[in-house]
Amino acid sequence: MRKSVLDIDNLSLEFPVYGGAVSAVNRVSLHVQEGEIVGIVGESGSAKSVTAMTAMRLLPRESFHIRSGRITLLGHDMLALDEQKLAAMRGRDVAMIFQEPLTALNPTKRVGAQMLGVIRLHTRLSEREARLHAIKLLTDMRINDAEEILQRYPFELSGGMRQRILIGLAFACSPKLLIADEPTTALDVTVQKQVLQLLRKKARELNTAILFICHDLAVVSQFCDRLYVMYAGSVVETGPTRAVLSAPQHPYTRALIRALPESARPGQALRSIRGVVPNLTDMPTGCAFQERCDHAFEACSSIPPLFSLDDEKRASACWLCEKEHAA
Amino acid sequence: MLFLALVVIGVSMITFAISHLIPGDPAMLVAGDRATPEIVERIREDMGLNKPLPEQYWIYLKGIVSGDLGTSLRTRRPVTEDLKLYFPATLELAFVALVLATAVGVPLGVASAVWRDKPIDHLVRALAVTGISTPAFWLGLLLIVLFYGDLGLLPGGGRIDPDITRPPTVTGFLLIDALLAGDLTAFTSAVRHIILPALTLGFVHLGVVARQIRSAMMEELQQDYVRTARANGLSRRNVIFREALPNALIPSVTVLGLALGDLLYGAVLTETVFAWPGMGAYVVNSIQALDFPAVMGFTVVVSFAYVLVNLAVDLLYMVIDPRIRSVN
Repeated sequence: MRKSVLDIDNLSLEFPVYGGAVSAVNRVSLHVQEGEIVGIVGESGSAKSVTAMTAMRLLPRESFHIRSGRITLLGHDMLALDEQKLAAMRGRDVAMIFQEPLTALNPTKRVGAQMLGVIRLHTRLSEREARLHAIKLLTDMRINDAEEILQRYPFELSGGMRQRILIGLAFACSPKLLIADEPTTALDVTVQKQVLQLLRKKARELNTAILFICHDLAVVSQFCDRLYVMYAGSVVETGPTRAVLSAPQHPYTRALIRALPESARPGQALRSIRGVVPNLTDMPTGCAFQERCDHAFEACSSIPPLFSLDDEKRASACWLCEKEHAA
Repeated sequence: MLFLALVVIGVSMITFAISHLIPGDPAMLVAGDRATPEIVERIREDMGLNKPLPEQYWIYLKGIVSGDLGTSLRTRRPVTEDLKLYFPATLELAFVALVLATAVGVPLGVASAVWRDKPIDHLVRALAVTGISTPAFWLGLLLIVLFYGDLGLLPGGGRIDPDITRPPTVTGFLLIDALLAGDLTAFTSAVRHIILPALTLGFVHLGVVARQIRSAMMEELQQDYVRTARANGLSRRNVIFREALPNALIPSVTVLGLALGDLLYGAVLTETVFAWPGMGAYVVNSIQALDFPAVMGFTVVVSFAYVLVNLAVDLLYMVIDPRIRSVN
């Protein structure tokens, strides 16, 4: 069996708000193995990003409270490490890229200075070696005039170019895990495809696992080996991408797939999921999806656990699955 | 540059108008109490006061452009000569006050932003409000009473101990002149003399700078590139001082530029309290003597300095902010 890179076990996290707390993440378990590309899909507000940021301990220290759970990254207990050790791991063992490439680079520093700063922080390369390494990283990202790009300021470059720079930089120290938070959402569709290809190629080459956060099922279906579907702070379904998308078990996953424009026949109205994601401060008791679900029944008033399905890799958090199993 | 010319014209017009609207006849003042009407009339003619106002203004404006601000009624010397004598002292004081305000205000602002809503933040905010609401003359007197009167640590006024020979005037800045002459005794004395007035003058701006840096830092720390830097493993210290602070300083340069202008005006009060022989003291005396040319000269010169500083700030922007550089 492949080595585990990231293990999130039973993570529950809440944000303190005036006079109480909002539970943003509920008993989430998530595993990423070496070299694997794992997707997290879900609507806005499903806590995809929060979960990923927590894995790197990137949320501001006092903004959240962890109620339960463990996060193990490359054997390190991420909830116990001090800030200094965390900083040493970030960028070296685990890297992250974000949705908005336009603002993700320091606007007043040249690209080269920013890249070299990070490279030299984690390696013992000399200035010259670091520069050569940076050029190689950019060249691998299909940036032809890499040497010249290093002299540029971020605002002189396009969004696609900046995202490729950030991806190149993320791979600078051959991390074991790359967390990609909607890295292509802000890009043109044509650029999107190219960036994803580069991302996958480089990850395979370095055997870097990717935790890929995305709300676009079409992108996920082409890109990820395995999937976690999240809804309102919980994982509702998981399994190999093809299996989950071709035979979704959870009503939410099914609704998501039905809502894809591609699923509609020409001339037919696009289908959406009725209702909205419940407010985290006012969650229904039981299954979070029950109010929008076409199949809700009595059992849904208590929270469904994640049921393993026939294939042990698959699981779904719906009482319907238990019913089917029992039958 | 066009802006500069417009400001000079505007300022000169306003000062000219005000000084001529104020009741009081300069010719009478010059002539003295026992002058006969004929003498007053002759003086008025000599001073050009009998000419129509527009013509007087035209003469005045021509003077400014050629560096002639008229003759002081009080000292009977060209105003430019007087200002040359007093301006460096004021500039020195304002500059030291600004350095002091920046050197203390920036770290306080950073600390305040980083430890937001912690005791240090409350302290800085309280200090900022105190700074803005403390009158300079009161603070100055307080400092004199404490450091000169009670503790006897620092001198209570003047630029240098009277028994020390002044270094030869090169720049007019006593601190620099003393250093140029290699005269450490004079330098130390000058430093001791400038601490209290500079503190008094700079205190207001210390709060302004701290608050400006605080808000700029808080904004920068929320930017995406800070998150990227953290995700790339930069330490908290590096994120704060190498990434966020340089960018937070950019908008603060404007505030510092405006502060220097304010400090030049603000020096008037402080100089009076500390018997600092600068333009402030000069202009106070001139106002009391209804010495119009001197007061007008002061106003024009300070306005000019104000505009120049802001021009310098704009140019500085181009140096420190690559985004602006590329637009131009």
